[in-house]
Parts: sequence; structure tokens; C-alpha cells
Amino acid sequence: MDNALVLMEGIEKSFPGVQALSQGYLELRPGEVHALLGENGAGKSTLVKILTGIYQKDAGRIVYKGQEVEIPNPRTAQDLGISIVHQELNLMPHLTIAQNIFIGREPRKGLRFVLDEQEINAKTQQLFDMMHLKLAPRTKVADLTVAKQQMVEIAKALSFNSQVLIMDEPTAALTDTEIQDLFRIIRQLRAKGVGIVHISHRLEELRQIADRATIMRDGRYINTVQIQDVTIPQIISMMVGRTIYEATPEAPETADQNVVLEVRNLSRGRVLKDISFQLRRGEILGVAGLVGAGRTEMARAVFGADPIDSGETYVAGKKVSIKSPSDAVQHGIGYLSEDRKRYGAALGLDVEANIALSAFNKFLKYLGWVDRPKTRSTAQHFVEALAIKTPSVRQKVKNLSGGNQQKVIIGKWLTADTDVLIFDEPTRGIDVGAKSEIYKLLNDLAQQGKAIIMISSELPEILRMSHRVIVMCEGRITGELPITAATQEKIMHYATQREAYI
Amino acid sequence: MAVSVPQRRLQVRADAMQTVLAFAALIVLFVVFSLASPNFLQFSNIVGILLATAVNGVLALGVTFVIITGGIDLSIGTVMTFAAVMTGLVITNWQLPVALGVLAGLGAGAFAGLINGLIIAKLKIPPFIATLGMLNVARGLALVLSDLKPVYFTDTPIFNTIAMGSLLGAIIPGFNIPNAVLILFGAAMVASVILNKTILGRYTFALGSNEEAARLSGVNVDRWKIAVYTLTGLFSGLAGVLIASRLNSAQPALGQGYELDAIAAAVIGGTSLSGGEGSILGTIIGAFIISTLTNGLRILSVPQEWQTVVTGAIVIIAVYLDIVRRRK
Repeated sequence: MDNALVLMEGIEKSFPGVQALSQGYLELRPGEVHALLGENGAGKSTLVKILTGIYQKDAGRIVYKGQEVEIPNPRTAQDLGISIVHQELNLMPHLTIAQNIFIGREPRKGLRFVLDEQEINAKTQQLFDMMHLKLAPRTKVADLTVAKQQMVEIAKALSFNSQVLIMDEPTAALTDTEIQDLFRIIRQLRAKGVGIVHISHRLEELRQIADRATIMRDGRYINTVQIQDVTIPQIISMMVGRTIYEATPEAPETADQNVVLEVRNLSRGRVLKDISFQLRRGEILGVAGLVGAGRTEMARAVFGADPIDSGETYVAGKKVSIKSPSDAVQHGIGYLSEDRKRYGAALGLDVEANIALSAFNKFLKYLGWVDRPKTRSTAQHFVEALAIKTPSVRQKVKNLSGGNQQKVIIGKWLTADTDVLIFDEPTRGIDVGAKSEIYKLLNDLAQQGKAIIMISSELPEILRMSHRVIVMCEGRITGELPITAATQEKIMHYATQREAYI
Repeated sequence: MAVSVPQRRLQVRADAMQTVLAFAALIVLFVVFSLASPNFLQFSNIVGILLATAVNGVLALGVTFVIITGGIDLSIGTVMTFAAVMTGLVITNWQLPVALGVLAGLGAGAFAGLINGLIIAKLKIPPFIATLGMLNVARGLALVLSDLKPVYFTDTPIFNTIAMGSLLGAIIPGFNIPNAVLILFGAAMVASVILNKTILGRYTFALGSNEEAARLSGVNVDRWKIAVYTLTGLFSGLAGVLIASRLNSAQPALGQGYELDAIAAAVIGGTSLSGGEGSILGTIIGAFIISTLTNGLRILSVPQEWQTVVTGAIVIIAVYLDIVRRRK
């Protein structure tokens, strides 16, 4: 590849317990827009974070303009002319636009210590003129909309005179007009010979903007294609066509006709739009969608953890008002967060305290005295029933493995004895063996009559566990499929179905 | 764009709001106290207020920087004492020149700040804990080095004039404002330039606003954090020299509680404890509010204990107003 601007090959990267990348490969040419595609967790972000010095590769090599380079930190990447616009905004809200763009390389005047504020404002203005952006350099970033902040990030990346510009889902927060502005800028850059890596889940954007695409799956390189040579269904099948979980058992049919939970027209700002669904006794309802589709937000809204703008909730046919998690628990709804460490378990406390936590008033004697023998026996019961591997109920939860932590949290909610359980990414960060135990547990719970909502980013998990699947995209439910009709391709189709095609 | 311009003006106004409110509060205090007591507005009393603000004001200037980074420094009070004792040792016990003693005080403060910074940035110990430790270390060192006894500057009368002489009085007869007040305003101007015009000030705000973003932008976050804590230490050192000069002695048992008044001054002046916001003008106004309040209540013969209660309540109200403002 003589004309490659960047060549990454044989890139390996592992994090504790996870092989994030193996044999990662990317070839970027000057003057092209190169889409990097893959499901959640396919390794796209890891790959570009290695290219921009945020992560260090374990093995492999990076060739930049024909020379092998090491990129130990973000500064080196910037100096080489490799810039990134991150998925999450990385701006300092209290500083002005210009101050943000030139952070870390402020021009100084006179003494090396004194800033030249005029110069950064002037340079920023030039940059905006070039981009045809109408923004004032002295505006504080906190006062900008998310889309404008995104533009500031892009302007910042451009200000390095980058040869390589990486955009990690730049359009996720933008409206269609803003996306057109962005694409106009991308085309200008392409014409100047800049190599652009574009990560996006919006497949329909590809035809508009991308020249080639590299597809990744499960941390591996799958293929690089010319966009005009392939169809979107072909790309989707390359993205999802994995074999590991094939021939998985069908979920047993446990759902009956009693509607336990019904949500009608739930809306919250730009995050949730008109969400309605029903959940039956003994049913596992899978909620699929890409990162940022609003699944966790939906769960949190149903659980009362976030305020809603409008919408009604019915529990067993009766309208209820859920304004806080404690309301939700009282109405029999439990939520197991995707982020166990932050919201799920009290890691510093022992198994016993965690299991008793959400239902402490079941263990209270007079004057708030805790009935310790009762908490102990309850905890012991669940340790056995859920096969939690722990030396004793006095073990601190942080010393347990991910799978066992998850079981403790399940035990906690079983103690609270709620009819509805919302599992948000129940097997995230849990190894394969423990996963199947969690699956069995979910099946058992459904069989005992619990109604379960399972949010998952892993399509095989959705297909294996659910009786029915709803698919979300950009805060809306874009599709509902009975399990018999659900396939990875169909789910991906709904998951990328944006409101207004561009 | 048509929308975002007026939006921006509103925001700027909201940012300055706490400073404006604090200034209004200071005016109100002046009016109330001068109505309540004819003694309040007398020249000698105003000088008293100014002088009382000097030490706390200098400490507050320093701590403003670390608070803007989203950190805290609880050790400023005892580091001040440690610096005062060092100055005393150099000048009185070792009989070295006064200038060297002053440098020793400033150096001792900066050194303690440097250690704070290293502990926080390199060992990743939370600022609250690291500086709580330093609070005790500095207090202990001050006691050990002074052998539990005050160090007096009776042999070097020039040292006392650093804070208590009056350059202004020499120029304008009768206008005997002590040098300590000039030093406070000088220090405030330096602090203001550092915070608003220099690279250190820029990164002070950047760290408090979004440390991770600064790191990803290639800013050497650790180094600048250390620099900020060192600067705070330097201000504590200056406060140490000032208080030693003013009392004409280094009192090793003094210093605890000063940190809370200084932090209160910064917070009343609109420096946000969650970082990213703050101003030198606000801090100076905050420091004057505290000393005016103390002075006025004393003139009204309110017992010392009740003065403390009032200052405490004021801090809570100031922080609450700040939270309410932020929520909007």
C-alpha cells in the first residue's frame, strides 16, 4: 500500500478480562472518507483510541506516511497530524470556544507566561470563516447547544492542520441540517487530501459521505469494501454474522396473557419520544438498539429515576404515579443498572447487607432495630438458591467476580419481591460461563411468573433470551418483533431507522 | 445564532451575579453598622477592618486557585504558621538578614504547597485528605521548630514595619494605612493577572472545568496541578510573613481555623466548590465581608461566640445561593 496515509496492522489490545482487539487492521488513504463499521463492542473506538495515543497497543504496528511510528500519548498524535473528535464531548464548559480550541498550545506573548488572548480569538475566527460557521470565539462553551459544541470539537480537531481526522459518531447528537453542515466540511477536507475516518451507526449516511468502509466484529477485522460495491444489507450481515452463539436454545414459552406493566406515550425531552409497550406476566421482553438509542433512559424513566415530560404507567391495569425509585419499588418494579459498580451494588458492604438493602423495612424490628438473624438467613437462602460463589455472607461484594456480583444484585431484588424486573445489560463484563448461569436464572424467574425487561446490546443474547423484542432508535421504538420473526438483520434494520432519512 | 447571543449575555450576567450580590451585601453591612454605631465609620475603625482583612485575604487569594481547580487546601492556616516560624528562626535565632527571613517564609509556604501538589497529583490522594494531613504536619513542625515558644522580632524593628509601617502615611500625612493593606491589594493584583492573563490561570480553570478534557488535549495535568498547589502555598507563606510582622512575633500555636475563614471568603465571593468558576475580585469582597461582619458585631458588643455562629451561617447561605443560581 504505497499510497496509504495510515496503515494499522496486527493491532492487539486487551483490557482486564476482555480481548478488545485482535488483529485489528485499518488502511486509510489521503483524500478519502473511510467509514469504520461494527456493532457495539466491535472494537472501533479501541482501534481509533490506539491511533490517537489514548490507549497503548499490546502488539502490532502503525505506519504513518510510510514510516513506522509509536504513539504513546495524545500529544504525539496531535503533533503527527492525527486528530480525533470523541464520541463524548471533551470540552471545558467554563472556558470560551477559542480557549477550548487552543487549550494546551496557547500562543504566548512577551514573557513565556502570558497568554495572547487576541491571537487565539483571531485564529478561531479564521477557522470558523473557513468552515462557514457562525459562532463567536468568545462565547462560553456552556452556552452552546450540543450540536454547536460538536462543531467546536471538529474545529478544534481541524486547527491542528490534521492530515488524519477521526470522527467517533459525530452525527449522533446532530439534526439533519447540522449533519449537512458537517458533511460539507468533511467534503472540503477530503478535497484537500485529508484522510477521514468516520465512525457512525447510521448506515444510510454512508452513501452520502463515505468512499470505503472497514467492517469490524468482536474486536476483529472483517473486510474493507468500496461503498458503491455493496448494499446496506450486505454490510449489516458482515457486521453481525457471528457464529459463537449460533444454535442457542430457544427461550421456553412462559408468558401468559396478564399484562403486568403497561407504559403509554412516555416522553422525555429529546431522549425519549412517545414510548408505549406492554409487559406480560412470565414474559422476557428484549430491548435492542445501539448505544445512545435511549434504552437505559427508558428504563430509568419507567423506574422513576429520571423525571418525565409526559406519559402514563399502569401496573396490573391500574394507573400509578411513579416519581421516584422508591415509588417504583412500592409498585413492584425493580431495576438492575447496567453500571453495577456505580448504581447496582454497595461494593464496600457485604453480601448480606446488599441483599437486604432494597427491602430493609422487611427486616426491621421496633425502633428501627435491624433483625440480623433474619437478614442473615435471607442472604444465606439466596446465596444457595442463586449459587452465589462466596466464602460467606459476610464477604464484601467488591471481592466477588462480576457474575457473582450480578447474582447478589438479583438476590437483592428478589428479596424486595417485585413483580417486574428490568435488567439493563445483565451480562456486561461477565465471562461466558457465568453468562449462561445468569441466562438460566432469568428463564427460571420468568417461569416463576416474574415479568422481565432485558436491555441488551448483544443481539445473540436478545435472540436467545427474549420472547418478544422491541427495538429502539433515537429515543423511539422503531420496531417490535415476536421472537419467531426476529433475526439479527431485522433488528439492525430497525435499530438504524432514523426518524428522517437524509 | 440569533438565539445564542442574548443567551450568552444572560450567562455572563449570571456568572458575575455572585460577585455583585457579595458586593451589595458588603454595602448593606456598611450601611447597617454605621447606622447602628457612630464608631463604625471612623477612620481608625476602617483601618482596623482593612488590617484585619490582610492576612485572611492573602490566604483566601491562594485558596481561590485550588478551589477553582475543583480541589481544596485545608492546610493553608497551619502552613502560614509554619512559614511564620521559619521566618522567625532565620531572623531571630540565626540572626540572618530580614530579607532572607522573608524569603524563608515564602519558601516554606511554597514548599509545603509543592508537597501538597505532589501528593495529590502523583499519589492520587484526594485533596481533602492530603491537605488535612499537611494541616497537622505543618502545625506539628511549627511547634517542634519553635520549641513550643513564640519567636519574637524585638532585635529587628524593621521587620515589624513590613506590615505595620505606612508608606502611604509617609507620602500623604495623616493617611496612615498600614503596609499590610497595600500588600493585600498588591497580592490581589498579582493573583488577578495570574488567574486571567497567564497560562497557569487558564489551566487552573481548565482543570476545574473538565480535567479529562484537558488531559486529552495534551495538557500535562499533573504538572499544572502541582504548580497551582505550590502557588497556594506561596500565598500562605506570604500570609505567614504578614502575620509575624503584624504581631512582631511568630506564634506557633496560631493558625488553625484560618483556613475555614479563607475558604469562606472565596466561596462567598462566588468561587464554586465544584470547580471551574471564581474570581479574585469576588474573593477580596468575600474577605472584606467576613472581617466587616466580625468588626461590626464586636462594635455592637455581640459576644465572640455569636460572631462565629453568624459567619458560619453566612457561608451556608452563600453556598446555598450559589447552588440555587447554578440549578437554573
